[in-house]
Amino acid sequence: MEKKLLRLTVNNQEYEVFINPKALLVEVIRDYIGLTGTKRGCDTVSCGACTVIIDGMSVKSCSVLAMQAEGARITTIEGLEVNGKLAPIQKAFIDHGSYQCGFCAPGMIMSAQALLNENPSPTEWEIKEGIEGNICRCTGYNSIVRAIDATAKGKYTEVKS
Amino acid sequence: MINDFIYLKPGTLKEALAICAKYDDCKVICGGQSLLIVMRQGMIAPEYLLDIKHIKELDYIKFDKKEGLRIGATTTHRAIEKSNVIKKNYPVLASMENKLASIQVRNWGTIGGNLAHADPAGDPAPVLIALKADIKVGSTKGDRTMPLEDFFVDYFETALNKDELVLEVKVPVPEPKTGAAYQKFNLLESDMGVVAVAASVTLNGNGKCKDARIVLGNAGSTPRRVKRAEELLIEKAYNEGLFAEAGKIASEDCEPVADIHASEEHRRHLLGVLTKRMLKKAWEQARG
Repeated sequence: MEKKLLRLTVNNQEYEVFINPKALLVEVIRDYIGLTGTKRGCDTVSCGACTVIIDGMSVKSCSVLAMQAEGARITTIEGLEVNGKLAPIQKAFIDHGSYQCGFCAPGMIMSAQALLNENPSPTEWEIKEGIEGNICRCTGYNSIVRAIDATAKGKYTEVKS
Repeated sequence: MINDFIYLKPGTLKEALAICAKYDDCKVICGGQSLLIVMRQGMIAPEYLLDIKHIKELDYIKFDKKEGLRIGATTTHRAIEKSNVIKKNYPVLASMENKLASIQVRNWGTIGGNLAHADPAGDPAPVLIALKADIKVGSTKGDRTMPLEDFFVDYFETALNKDELVLEVKVPVPEPKTGAAYQKFNLLESDMGVVAVAASVTLNGNGKCKDARIVLGNAGSTPRRVKRAEELLIEKAYNEGLFAEAGKIASEDCEPVADIHASEEHRRHLLGVLTKRMLKKAWEQARG
């Protein structure tokens, strides 16, 4: 097996890693770069806990070879905060109690952020469609939908922390 | 565990085809949304992995009023779902894509990869076959085009030769007075279908059926047309009893398997009901 040099940009920071080309993007983000906010859940493209944003699109990082992300701009949950302050969607999740065990939250928030980037004022149904790829086993989803709705309605544009 | 492989990332289609011709134990990855799962399960362990995800030559949606629609193999499901030209001219294709897996999968998975994977439960194939699509494949020796229904050979097996890649899907312009509908049965809306049915109906000037296609998904080893039921409809007028009869034929002319999601009998029943409903929907659309 020949290791490959991979250059990728995560949260506006450039990284160079030497990896086995079979490494998944989630492995490179967590184990090589050390950003452990992105969670590894089902590993079968089902649960969405590993969701990151690649070039503006939400993608499940357990099902992308890291080599395929070469040159792409990747955003993880750690990349959402601005100047040490939580992003509006993160603040909304806290205010609405949108997680209990917390394992789905990073992926859920990345899906929500991708949705809001694409569609700044989604309907409740569009919000539900936007997080269809993310499984939460605690909340029953309602508090998550409320948090995304509140963010979309601009209740968190002035971020307080 | 995924096996160790030699990773090949050619810059152009020409280089990719040369690699296909050169290496025997070579598997092609595009979006990898299906492939990486079966590799992780150890079901396939190729020596070489050829990555074509980034080959932009194959990433396009083109529409011409005479030639119809052409979709390049590395076009993502999301691009098809959101394409205005597809929404306008082939709404059934866009709405099918909208229910294909989750947004994340649609953002990265590709139409060529989906078809080449040849999962009998795949969503695009029945719809594309109902729309009379062709598939273009190519190797260093040249291209060939075949009806999409002939592309599927068996469970996860296609007519692709070892040295060939899927290049393009072509969908003709629908005839006037044509309607098409697709529905899968599942418990979660964006899940894979327990079974699925796509139907298209073209009407004559007198309102009778000129042509029809009924395609079943996950009802056997490949997507399959119910030709006996299609023939039944020709030159007939709108009649719900007729659709029920076609549904009965569909539930007979299939070979669904039993698994954790549904028994064989349940699947046959569902195929009959969905065939009836999809014919009605397609017909009403065709009537306008």
